[in-house]
Amino acid sequence: MRMSISTENRPIVIASLFIVVILIAGTAYTLSTTGTAPLLSANYLLQQLQTGSFLGICAAGMMMVILLGHIDLSIPWTLTAAAMTATAVGGDLALPTALAVGLAVGLLNGFGVAYLRIPSMIFTLGVDTVLRGLMVAQTGGFAPQDKATPLMLFLAKDKILGIPAAIVVWAAVSLIIMLVLTRTGFGRSIYATGSRERAAYLSGIRTRSVIIGAFVVSSLCAAIAGVLLAGYSAKAYQGMGNAFLLPAIAAVVLGGTHILGGKGRYIGTLIGVILIVLLNSVLSIMQMPEAGRQIIYGSVIIGMLLVYGRNQRVTS
Amino acid sequence: MQMVSLKRGVSQNMGFATAVLLLLVLYLTYNMMHPRGFSSAVAIQNSNETVAIAFVAMAQTLPVLLGGLDLSVGAVMTLTNCVASLLLNGSPAQILLGMGLTLLTGTMFGLMNGLIVVYGRIQPIIATLATGAIAMGLALLIRPQPGGNVDDDLGWALTNSVWDLADTYGFADGGDAWWLRPFADIPVPFLLVLFVAIFVWLPFRRSVTGRTVYAIGSAEGAAYMSGLPINRAKIAAFTLGGFFAACGGLYLAIQTSSGNADIQQAGAYTLNSIAAVVLGGTSLLGGTGGAIGSLIGAMILRVISFYFRILDIDPLLQPLIEGLVLLTAVSFGAFRTLRVKNQLDLFR
Repeated sequence: MRMSISTENRPIVIASLFIVVILIAGTAYTLSTTGTAPLLSANYLLQQLQTGSFLGICAAGMMMVILLGHIDLSIPWTLTAAAMTATAVGGDLALPTALAVGLAVGLLNGFGVAYLRIPSMIFTLGVDTVLRGLMVAQTGGFAPQDKATPLMLFLAKDKILGIPAAIVVWAAVSLIIMLVLTRTGFGRSIYATGSRERAAYLSGIRTRSVIIGAFVVSSLCAAIAGVLLAGYSAKAYQGMGNAFLLPAIAAVVLGGTHILGGKGRYIGTLIGVILIVLLNSVLSIMQMPEAGRQIIYGSVIIGMLLVYGRNQRVTS
Repeated sequence: MQMVSLKRGVSQNMGFATAVLLLLVLYLTYNMMHPRGFSSAVAIQNSNETVAIAFVAMAQTLPVLLGGLDLSVGAVMTLTNCVASLLLNGSPAQILLGMGLTLLTGTMFGLMNGLIVVYGRIQPIIATLATGAIAMGLALLIRPQPGGNVDDDLGWALTNSVWDLADTYGFADGGDAWWLRPFADIPVPFLLVLFVAIFVWLPFRRSVTGRTVYAIGSAEGAAYMSGLPINRAKIAAFTLGGFFAACGGLYLAIQTSSGNADIQQAGAYTLNSIAAVVLGGTSLLGGTGGAIGSLIGAMILRVISFYFRILDIDPLLQPLIEGLVLLTAVSFGAFRTLRVKNQLDLFR
């Protein structure tokens, strides 16, 4: 009997299988060199997922925007700006300030894309540059001296019932996004607008509000990731968000979300993030130099997409 | 009749015409404010700093015309920069071979992008995100530390005026021949970009393959039904993009005498190339625009940064001003939404 998997789930299944392959290959490597299997210990995996949670939260927000067929290139400096203002304000207001920064950036992005109709690719890029300029002007180009607040340190480093708090935050964000996408009108409107905005508009969906909403979610997620990352490294620093943009896009696409919008499940994004995090940790166990890492990273994305991410042939 | 066709030409190329006008105003004002404005030295310095981003912007234009995006242009430029930093020395024949190999590297990489996009049927933006990582990896393999060895004469001759070029290689009486006089003060880098634009881009644009690139950007289905060579045009577009990026990398190696596999720098070039393409009047939706426009767009981006040197602006404010200018410039695209009569036309 041949098992049939729906086309929507195929990327998720294949990506999961690839995660298993990575784990087996990594374990085989460590067994042959040191005779231990750290990759299979729960502690090690939790530690990896803890550092992966920053990427995971960014990817969750990015997915909302990609589902619309747009993209959010302002993630790196939204993340940094939120972290920097949070540490600068400090005290109890740190967290709300960071979220307010995220909200403001999201509204601006959404306004530019939904009302001004400027392609998201270039508008969010411009917003990213402006945020970078604001932060450089604010901090003088150095890492600010302000320290992360105790709450931020707790969220990033401490454990709740043996599970790192960062993973709990990531799980909470994931749960909310998943519920929003599958159980609410807003979620369905995102899929509809991403498939064909014209049809969605004619069906009475207020597509402009939907677009703004998605960009706000994306920026809020980046802000949360910024708060966690600032807590994790005890302070905010220049360019702290640069390493998250491209992996977040890659994770979303590897999880089966269509880059032109309309298709994709959140569970796929989750698996895409785990895949990228584990691939990174196996490569660092192997002490792979940066050059090899980049090549393997690129090849894996191409390889996986050749298996399940191919477009329809143009026939009319 | 002439007037009518000129008027129509301008109205059909609004973005391009605005960009040219903006560049002229910006650059003339810059030269008037500069203490040594309108001199060969200033022009040489300016054009040297513009060449790399100009070529990368031209490289980005082709995938954008298709309605896609190439996130690997900065990485391919970095890769070829590293290759060139290794090969551009020795005898003249060896140097020429090195140049050829550098350009070939970039072209082959572009070809690979094209093949993956066409036969792998992966969206350009995500395919080039991945191949960009591969290009960066290769660049780091070739040059783990910044450095390089580029022929000094070559570096001097190609980054100065035509007179210096003739002087270095001893043709046209060492630059003093009468027929060279009118051109003697023109910066060589400017001529190089112009040369590539006229002898590579313009013929391509006029060819069937080139026009198919525009047709695909406007309506791929219609282009397919009209029997245009879709696959060939897509592959050619990415290959030519790789070639332009290689030109940028080659020149950067000659200009700086070194190769530097810097991931941040590659990313910055890619993002700036998108901004330059948009400023030059090419639509990110595909189908309209051209590499000449992107060339102008790249120049505008650079001239804005030149202003910081002559105006007494706090260096810490520079990134902010650059960002605001970029955001304002692209926001002018919003005027289109005011002219649309039917709301539905706003949606793709």
